[in-house]
Amino acid sequence: MSENQEIGHGFKPSGQLQFGIFFQGVNSGTIWKAPESGSQTEFDSFRRLAQTAERGLFAAFFLGEGLRLREHLGRPHALDVAGRPDAQTMLAALAGVTNKIGLVATQNTTYNDPAHLAHRLSSLDLISGGRAAWNVVTTDNAWTGANFRRGGYLDHADRYTHAEAFVETAKRIWDAWDGHAISGSETAPAWQAPGSVRRVRHDGRHYSVDYTPRLPRSAQYRPVLFQAGDSPEGRDFAARQADVIFSAHPAYDGAVAFRRDIVARTVRAGRGANDVKIMPASEFILAATPSEALEKKEWVRSLQIGPEQALAYLEQFWGRELSGYDPDGPLPEIDPVVVETSETRGSGFHGAKARQLADQWRAEAKDKGQSIRQFVSGKTSRVDATFTGSYTDVADTLARYAQTGAVDGFNISPWLVPSGLDEIVNHLVPELQERGVYPTEYAGHTLREHLGLPVPVRSREADDDAAGGLKLELAVGQQQL
Amino acid sequence: MSAGDQARAGFLALELDGDGAHPAAWRAARHAPADLLTGERVRSTVLAAESAGFHVATFSDGPLSPGGGADIGGRLDAVQRAAFAGPLTRSIVLVPEVDTVYTEPFHVATQLASLDYVSGGRAGWLVAAGGTEREGAAVGRDIVDGAALALEAAASVEVSRRLWDSWEDDAVIRDVETGRYLDVDKLHYADFETGEDFPGAGYSVKGPAIIPRPLQGQLPVLAPAGLVATGLAADNSAAGIDAVLISAPSLGQLAAAVDNLRERSEGAVAVIAEIDVVLDARGQSAAERVAQLDAHTPWHSTRARYTGDAAGLVELLADVLAKADGVRLHPAVLDVDLDELSRLVLPELRRRGALAPVVPDATFRELLGLGRPANRYASVGN
Ligand SMILES: Cc1cc2nc3c(=O)[nH]c(=O)nc-3n(C[C@H](O)[C@H](O)[C@H](O)COP(=O)(O)O)c2cc1C
Repeated sequence: MSENQEIGHGFKPSGQLQFGIFFQGVNSGTIWKAPESGSQTEFDSFRRLAQTAERGLFAAFFLGEGLRLREHLGRPHALDVAGRPDAQTMLAALAGVTNKIGLVATQNTTYNDPAHLAHRLSSLDLISGGRAAWNVVTTDNAWTGANFRRGGYLDHADRYTHAEAFVETAKRIWDAWDGHAISGSETAPAWQAPGSVRRVRHDGRHYSVDYTPRLPRSAQYRPVLFQAGDSPEGRDFAARQADVIFSAHPAYDGAVAFRRDIVARTVRAGRGANDVKIMPASEFILAATPSEALEKKEWVRSLQIGPEQALAYLEQFWGRELSGYDPDGPLPEIDPVVVETSETRGSGFHGAKARQLADQWRAEAKDKGQSIRQFVSGKTSRVDATFTGSYTDVADTLARYAQTGAVDGFNISPWLVPSGLDEIVNHLVPELQERGVYPTEYAGHTLREHLGLPVPVRSREADDDAAGGLKLELAVGQQQL
Repeated sequence: MSAGDQARAGFLALELDGDGAHPAAWRAARHAPADLLTGERVRSTVLAAESAGFHVATFSDGPLSPGGGADIGGRLDAVQRAAFAGPLTRSIVLVPEVDTVYTEPFHVATQLASLDYVSGGRAGWLVAAGGTEREGAAVGRDIVDGAALALEAAASVEVSRRLWDSWEDDAVIRDVETGRYLDVDKLHYADFETGEDFPGAGYSVKGPAIIPRPLQGQLPVLAPAGLVATGLAADNSAAGIDAVLISAPSLGQLAAAVDNLRERSEGAVAVIAEIDVVLDARGQSAAERVAQLDAHTPWHSTRARYTGDAAGLVELLADVLAKADGVRLHPAVLDVDLDELSRLVLPELRRRGALAPVVPDATFRELLGLGRPANRYASVGN
């Protein structure tokens, strides 16, 4: 119990864990080279993973987003799985073939319009019976912007002020219909009670919105909000706005430190210490015995980072071809030709100082006596994020997270599609259930219920705005202007 | 495909939005008003349409009419309704209406390609270009109207078509030997830019798509005749569409308009006639049913309307299907008229050979008699 006292501010561990599946569309973790690896884009892969996850009582099925195809030295990146469907379209299809699991769409605030995105998310929420969530990301760069009307219009420094205005507008849109706006019977004077829907307006630096929302509240009131983004600004934004953080801190000590930081920020933002849930990204490599699990890990890693991936990884930072180098030899002695790495490989790589990084890495690899392959494998395999071991050992490890409240659950990336959850659901979940740290049935029907989140009360801002005449006006019903 | 051929087999599409085409349809629906905006409702209507033998389901979208204060004021996103229906169905083609003016073409192309994946190649796109002030205000843009609408629509269609081709069919190679998942020579930038004549703020889209080429290669694109008349191309061009929806104020004018377009287009596009339908049902005449609903809200429609018994509708549809490639029906009240259509109208049309067969797992392109198109970049590049 000393560990939660450290967390402080009255934070209380729930003693429970939830799982989500993070189906990665574009990444080097999914081992497409294994013979049992299936399609990364066909619907059956999604259906099978979602249905397996639901059998394992997972809280959520989670899709990432990348709005431009990754590139490598000026051409599309060839080595990793690539190509992914639109998150909400996919999740709407999954809503029809699942019953309970939450459906989380990663959607960017920079390349969407608030009214459209809020409407689509409500739509997913209603069509799924209250199971939708939005993972808010703020990736911004001219390179991605080249696919959109506005282009690269947003300074990186403004990404969260922009995102916050966006999310607040979305929340007002979701608050705009009164609870019982739709009439109960066909003999009512109107389909909607007059005055039961408010018009939402926002005038911002980059957007203006004047919109009468078209959808009522869902069974969970409105989509659950996830946030992924690790900068101090991102954490404060999450502390003010989010229900769940999709974090990058699964290792125990890091998870506790992150929890402490988020609890402090959440309390500072005027919310309760337990109001924001944390689910880190993670990977599980499991087997019946510890040694089998280690063997399996070798195999997984060798397929994740082949010789080509190892060199290509360095090429991203060196900005030049390194095909002449031996993947089993030392890191290249030549210097990078770029000053800063570009964002073309994905947002995680944004803006590292290449020359500095190269020096640092050469020293690090030399120190550890690592070849290029070994070094890159260490860098990319999210060492921290991997739980390797027997089912019972890993269950013991996870039970400790639950008891101290280091996290509320894990968002699991399967390294094999579509069978990558089978062992977790068949073997790990029962072990966790025996330890009393994992649900034995779904808590209800909505994602909010699965995650133990309170149903929002109509946001204070909305009412204040209405009172102050700022943003909301009575609209539909007595039809508006 | 000779036009006079009596037993020419056509297809039937059904519009599934809301509770039916009559604004007061919700008063005659078989469910509580609040149950309209649910997955359950999408499931039950689309399954009813499929088992009745309809070839195509369409899903309207856009803002609800501002005059409809007394009637349905909510609508789920059309792409999502179609996507939800995808894995639940086997044969019916799913066609959402998607705006081209105030939406991001890159998102639209990705969503529609995704719909094609979740439906196993049974997706299409009904192009909309409303351009109203309300739609513009929602995203902080000015009203777009007149000929500008067709230009916006054409640009949006062209962006999608280029993005759908931006991955060649065999771009995913999964070559274990060389460690390459993709053959990057088979990926292409769309490099779209609006032309000099573009009326609004011009834009560009780089590409390639973030999703592989749709299962059909290119989704069939449908558009209302009005957009075609003002400049959207009905041909095989980059921004061209595959099928035109024709409305006319009366059944006679509709027949003439269908003939006219068939002649002018020389078979380059499919022709789909739009008809509102009210049938005798539940011991009430169709006319009585309309009068009852009209007493709540009058039904103003720009489409020709059939009001009467099932036998008459069979005759009408057999005639129209002999000329048009397909007919889209807009039943006054889905819950009521779909029953009648399914019991009395479609079986008879099928018996007469007026309907194309319903083929499980067939693509929309196959229904339209369109081959799987070559990839524009494949022929140039390699
Ligand atoms: C665990 C995790 C997952 C993420 N997934 C995505 C994603 O799918 N798509 C995306 O555009 N960005 C993704 N991001 C990137 C964040 O959105 C990005 O860091 C943010 O936009 C910039 O905020 P920051 O500076 O606070 O990190 C992810 C970040 C984290 C930590």
